[in-house]
Amino acid sequence: MVSRISTRRIDSISAVYPQPIVSARSGIYAGEVVQDGMNVLERGRDISDAELARKADWIRLQTVGLIAQAGLGHYSSTFSCAEIVATLYYHVLRLSPTDPGWADRDRFLLGKGHVATGLWPVLADLGYYPRDWLPRFGKVGSPLNDHPNMPLPPGVVTPRTPHRGAPGIDFSSGSLGHNLSVGAGMAYAARLARKDYRTYVLTGDGELQEGQVWEAVMAASHYKLGNLIAIVDANGFSGSGPTSEAMNIEPLGARFAAFGWLVKEIDGHDIPTLRATFGALPGPGGRQPVAILARTRKGHGAEMFEKQPQAWHLGLLTDDQRADVEAEITARMELLS
Amino acid sequence: MTSIEPAPKMVDVFSDIERETALKANPAGYAVTELAALDPRVLTLTADLSNTLAEFREKFPGRYIELGIAEANSVSFAAGLASCGFVPYIFSMAPFGILKTAEQLRTDVDYNHLPVRLVGRLSGLAMGYFGTSHYAVEDIAIARTLNNTIVVAPADAASAVALMRLLATLDAPAYIRIAEAPEQVYDEPPACELGRWPRLRAGSDITLAGHGMGVGLALGAARVLAAEHGIEADVLDAAFLKPFDEAALAESAARTRRVLTIEDHSVVGGLGAITAEVVGARKLSVDLAQAALPAVDLEVGVPAELYEYYGLTVAGVVGKALELVKQ
Repeated sequence: MVSRISTRRIDSISAVYPQPIVSARSGIYAGEVVQDGMNVLERGRDISDAELARKADWIRLQTVGLIAQAGLGHYSSTFSCAEIVATLYYHVLRLSPTDPGWADRDRFLLGKGHVATGLWPVLADLGYYPRDWLPRFGKVGSPLNDHPNMPLPPGVVTPRTPHRGAPGIDFSSGSLGHNLSVGAGMAYAARLARKDYRTYVLTGDGELQEGQVWEAVMAASHYKLGNLIAIVDANGFSGSGPTSEAMNIEPLGARFAAFGWLVKEIDGHDIPTLRATFGALPGPGGRQPVAILARTRKGHGAEMFEKQPQAWHLGLLTDDQRADVEAEITARMELLS
Repeated sequence: MTSIEPAPKMVDVFSDIERETALKANPAGYAVTELAALDPRVLTLTADLSNTLAEFREKFPGRYIELGIAEANSVSFAAGLASCGFVPYIFSMAPFGILKTAEQLRTDVDYNHLPVRLVGRLSGLAMGYFGTSHYAVEDIAIARTLNNTIVVAPADAASAVALMRLLATLDAPAYIRIAEAPEQVYDEPPACELGRWPRLRAGSDITLAGHGMGVGLALGAARVLAAEHGIEADVLDAAFLKPFDEAALAESAARTRRVLTIEDHSVVGGLGAITAEVVGARKLSVDLAQAALPAVDLEVGVPAELYEYYGLTVAGVVGKALELVKQ
């Protein structure tokens, strides 16, 4: 009845974190982060625009398949950010899939955790875990859930230990409004530990109605966290209708700018623009957090979803509908190849 | 003209003070400063409570993060820091620090087993004078439902230091409920072990179990019961609300058959309620009573007057104990 607490006892506390900690105002890490022999995916990896566009559609196709097997899922909001996720994971982020906890990796937080379905195939594709984890998505005992969970710290034992959390998830999410705060904490931690990683947080636009987001926005500019990048998947819809009909969030650019952020407003489906925007980010030592307002269409990439983005926020395609959507995406992918 | 009776003196519980007296008046600030010198992972955060960390800020300016009056952001921000290897201590006013952030604590800290420590200053009725918005009498009820979080309520300053030293060796989330200006119980920081309640006095007529200020009241009441009524009380310092020391409670209750719990917390969800759960689950044949705050709108006033009003005094505890013994 009274719970047990699993905790790791530390024998020598100073041995755990031997790196010197410096003031947040000091310079950031200047040495070479990536050494020879490390299995690291570097920032700005070579990939064509067409290949990135194909990856985005591949994410859509995989999403449709995973939802079919799980029985329910978030289609249209996963589709709206497919180009963003593809560009980040196949071009922008510095990652080490064979060492997911590598301290110098760029962090990516899925603030809009309900689109994890689109992330699971990507992480498998990059080698964070075997592809044969995917068929158990959404089942009891699977590490891959509808919203993402991070792995447990080493040594922590719970009834879910063997399957709790997925490698490659930098922080759990699901409750909207939390992850920009968490990301600000990670960005602050980079300053303290003199590391040059960036922290990217993908939020929904409805998520910006949460007050906590603006607490984080305020704190990030107060502490000049130029290593923090918020990407707003501004698809214009929330769970129950057009976002700004429920509660107006515009003008988003002016709001972020008023809080001291550097704002980039872009077409969130245009691969060259996404690539150029990420490529032109100020260095991680910058003094101004960056908000990328990615204007997107909810359900982009499938006519059925684009026509009724609301109806396909959460649902399950019939077999016939699924065949139509898959055929549409597959045809486009063939054109791109 | 009628004379106006002066109100009981209020203790300044807000400010950090001289190092010599900090151990007594601000044990959490004292302890975290000590721990920071030993462990470079230790950081402090506050939501507008920087005055409780004056010494820490002076010694470790780069490791103190003010987040303004924004508790939810503070907790999630701390979780982000913890996920990158740091051990953040959030100093917060107990009512706002835990009631506003229950979801952030559960979802970002507890569920991810991150070593974020929430230090709740000004718990219970410590801010009684300021109104019911400033009461923290539900905090244990909330904190104890966080599966992976250690919940401690030190009896006094020395106990707070001892418990914070113990927590520093554990990588679990924790809530530390600081009682303001309680009666001194320990001369020096006692040895403590996770989930074990110290026995402060042995007796076989009634068990008095308290946390925070309740421990001092239990000891005071035990002395009166022995001297004036010939009743010998077994006194337990229920410093751990989680993990809960079921064994110590059951052992004591089996001998005394009467348990009185004492706490400046609601009767709902605190030590008294957990005790009843344990007694029920273990099918113990025990009479129970609580000296605690009723689950109704509470009065507003200077803390000392409120404690008097709600019977959280030595005399109040003695009265409850006598009722239980005479049942």
